[in-house]
Amino acid sequence: MSEQIAFTRRQFMQGSLAVVSTLHSMPTFLNGAAHAAGPVGQSGTADDRVLVVVQLSGGNDGLNTVIPYGQGAYYDARPRLAIPEKKILQLNQDQEIGLHTKMTGMKELYDSGLLSIVQGVGYPNPNRSHFASMDVWHTGDTRGGHGVGWIGAALDEDLTKRQIQAQATTCISIGQTAPLATHGKKVKAIAFESAELFRWAGQDIHPALGPAYDQINRRGELAPEVTLEVSGGISGGVTGGQAAFVMRTALHGQVASDRIRAAVQAGPQTRFPNGSLADQLKMVAAMIRAGLPTRVYYVALGGFDTHAGQEFPHGNNLRLFSEAMLAFQKELKAIGHDERVLTMAFSEFGRRVGQNASNGTDHGCAGPMFLVGPMVKPGIHGKQPSLTKLDQGDLIYHTDFRSVYAAVLDRWMKINSAKALNGKTYRHANVIRANV
Amino acid sequence: MAINSRLSPLPEADFDQTKAKHLLNRAGFGGTRHQTRALAEMGLHGAVKYLVDYESIHASKLTKLEIDPDNIREFKPKERRDFRKARRSGDNETVKKFQAEIRKRQVQDRQDVQYLIQWWLGQMLITPRPLEEKLTLLWHGHFASRYRNVRDAYLMQQQNHFLRKHANGSFADLAHGIIRNPAMIKFLNNNTNKKQKPNENLARELMELFTLGEGHYTEQDIKQGAKALTGYTLKDNDFKFNKKQHDQGKKTILGQTGQFDGDDFVDILLQRDDCPRFVAYKIYKHFVADVDDQTNGEQTQAMTVINALAQLIRQHDYQLKPVLMTLFQSQHFYDTTIIGNKIKSPTQLMVGTVRMLNTPTRDISIITGANTMMGQTLFNPPSVAGWDGGQAWINTSTLYVRQNVATYFITGKLPFEDDWTSDDVNYDPMFLLDDLEGSRTIQAVVDHLLDLLLASDVHPQRRESLIAAMQEHVDSTVDDPVVVIALLLLITVMPEYQLC
Repeated sequence: MSEQIAFTRRQFMQGSLAVVSTLHSMPTFLNGAAHAAGPVGQSGTADDRVLVVVQLSGGNDGLNTVIPYGQGAYYDARPRLAIPEKKILQLNQDQEIGLHTKMTGMKELYDSGLLSIVQGVGYPNPNRSHFASMDVWHTGDTRGGHGVGWIGAALDEDLTKRQIQAQATTCISIGQTAPLATHGKKVKAIAFESAELFRWAGQDIHPALGPAYDQINRRGELAPEVTLEVSGGISGGVTGGQAAFVMRTALHGQVASDRIRAAVQAGPQTRFPNGSLADQLKMVAAMIRAGLPTRVYYVALGGFDTHAGQEFPHGNNLRLFSEAMLAFQKELKAIGHDERVLTMAFSEFGRRVGQNASNGTDHGCAGPMFLVGPMVKPGIHGKQPSLTKLDQGDLIYHTDFRSVYAAVLDRWMKINSAKALNGKTYRHANVIRANV
Repeated sequence: MAINSRLSPLPEADFDQTKAKHLLNRAGFGGTRHQTRALAEMGLHGAVKYLVDYESIHASKLTKLEIDPDNIREFKPKERRDFRKARRSGDNETVKKFQAEIRKRQVQDRQDVQYLIQWWLGQMLITPRPLEEKLTLLWHGHFASRYRNVRDAYLMQQQNHFLRKHANGSFADLAHGIIRNPAMIKFLNNNTNKKQKPNENLARELMELFTLGEGHYTEQDIKQGAKALTGYTLKDNDFKFNKKQHDQGKKTILGQTGQFDGDDFVDILLQRDDCPRFVAYKIYKHFVADVDDQTNGEQTQAMTVINALAQLIRQHDYQLKPVLMTLFQSQHFYDTTIIGNKIKSPTQLMVGTVRMLNTPTRDISIITGANTMMGQTLFNPPSVAGWDGGQAWINTSTLYVRQNVATYFITGKLPFEDDWTSDDVNYDPMFLLDDLEGSRTIQAVVDHLLDLLLASDVHPQRRESLIAAMQEHVDSTVDDPVVVIALLLLITVMPEYQLC
């Protein structure tokens, strides 16, 4: 076995695929696969623009998040749940809009001109089922789509346009499985709950297994010749050479695993609060700092399905959300990456205007979205939907969530949004600054 | 290399144990060497008939799962009135009681669907009729419904029974049955498809995903087809045709005009040439090769085979058994470019690992969790389009889960388990070497296990590196279970193990 034709991890990382192309005559699977797949390039570079999506799962009570404290109807609808005016963090005194008491972090972002709040976001014929509505938000299709998400489709389009190959780390989701939003035809997000799970556990069993595992999964010269013949032998229809594909993925996995685990081992520059969202965003900041070529990160915070006794749990969740968002922004600034990272938060629906008999709120429709970063057009966009003119007790949306996606994709990510939104064009929500 | 795209049968003499292994991998989930040898001895025709004609195989040992049909039910009229009255009058006590009851039932239902997933995986692990499960899985991905939306474990179970009943029967029966399947009606909202306010969801998916494929109909056909399906609803747990909500008027669907109902609509779809072709494509993709979207028009060998299969389906009037018999005996099916070149589904990977190695099945809830992490939650496909399959199964994170799952089966060790010890292995793999003749040299054992676990021959250099890894730790012959376990771990993390 020749050491010269074995790709060490170091070679692979330093030169990326360029190293491979200098080894044309070698019978390696990467050569074969690279030929079959067309031009070789990198997906995303360390200074590309980044989108971080924060999913607030369960249906956030938008009305107790961004609060129209000037309206009597708010207090009428929520005798036990309304936040008293004096406890509200006022944002805009003309519109009489403020934030929940616990959202001091978001207030600070707002005051620094880094926060954009979009009011009354939703979509036509709203679905009040968590899963169905989440599918709508993930696919940009009010029928729930067919398994391709808006981020996945956008990243697919980006690869096609730039004629580059998907990398293992093009899209990273923190969690057990990659959300539907990140499923593309070509791009599939990496998903992991903690970086330590992103490795083969068998190597802990015996010291001899680790090196043997590396041998099996890292070395290019070990490709069966038959798979190269297959990929040459079938044109079109059949995705030939599945072994070559799996081997390439395994090699990319090794590299990504090493990079990600090294990245998150580095501590942050600033202090992060406790909580799962803060932990996730801390990891994201570390990966951004380490220069991963990732275009989209996806994180989530659950617990917003507050049907009963919501006062404390909802306030606590808003605190966790708000503190994490502020800490993340401060960290990005400290590591010098804030200019290239836009953070966007959404929930699958808002909640009913009137509180229920259990001092909670039931599933509703329109709600606010949050965008954070120096590139966002700060302030409150769109009016508070009427609290009295309702659809089955729910707020009526005026801004389609896809017009926010479209603005983020076209104006920030520079990806044609129609390609990600089922061929449709949406008027941009006014959430990105001019000339970014 | 030229690919044999003929559907004519492989010569009997060519059907050896390697081909029998391929047959069992694809028409089932793989198995022990004892099983593949038995299949090889039946001969090609005998082996295929044994797998396809599975009704003759006794299956009474399988466990039954009882799910309370009434756990998820609508409130009775009186209950509904009481609930409403309590809400209006602010009778919090009663409201809370009702809400607690609803929640209790929902919790029970989510538990039930977990049992259902475990039951089906368990069924796949022990069934003597692997093709029955594999076909049911095909139709589950084809006529995909999601528990998350249906939210009724009993209805999901009934749907599984329906798909299972017709799994190797007639596609026409499946298509006719699915428009009156309660879980599907609920999933695609056909219970809101009424004369005055049609809902097009079922009509659209019936054409796009169940029979014709995208692009073989117009939006007008969908609107007209939806009318034919009005009034196809459910009452309690059963299908109900609500005549009052059915649009009796004339419809024009794909050029035909008449007072069509749902069955007429399905018949019109079954008459189209696009339908057998679409079904052939799905069967081919499930059993033969990871083909791309069938609308890639290029006439490749795969497309030639799919078209020939489509003709067979038409010829046999959608009866599936003769089609499967032909496919599993065909020269194309045993072509060297087909064997070992298909990415295992997560289910195939897990069930196959246990069936080939006879490992302990370990903790079933961990296994169902792993299936989700690998992207295939039974009863919860990602959408009505089912699972993409092929390369979509594998990315850098699912690959680690796949490797860790195999490791878990073999050793009982979970990725995050710090207090794991070798006592937890609880698996003696030495029986795998029982039929290894001659001395148990490292080379012989490596070859023996590679032959058991991999679908096709491995490159000599990969074999060498396995042998080299062992030589550092083993003197000459293999007589220690720990060594065999180490080898099993290394073979199951080989990229080739992801293929069958």
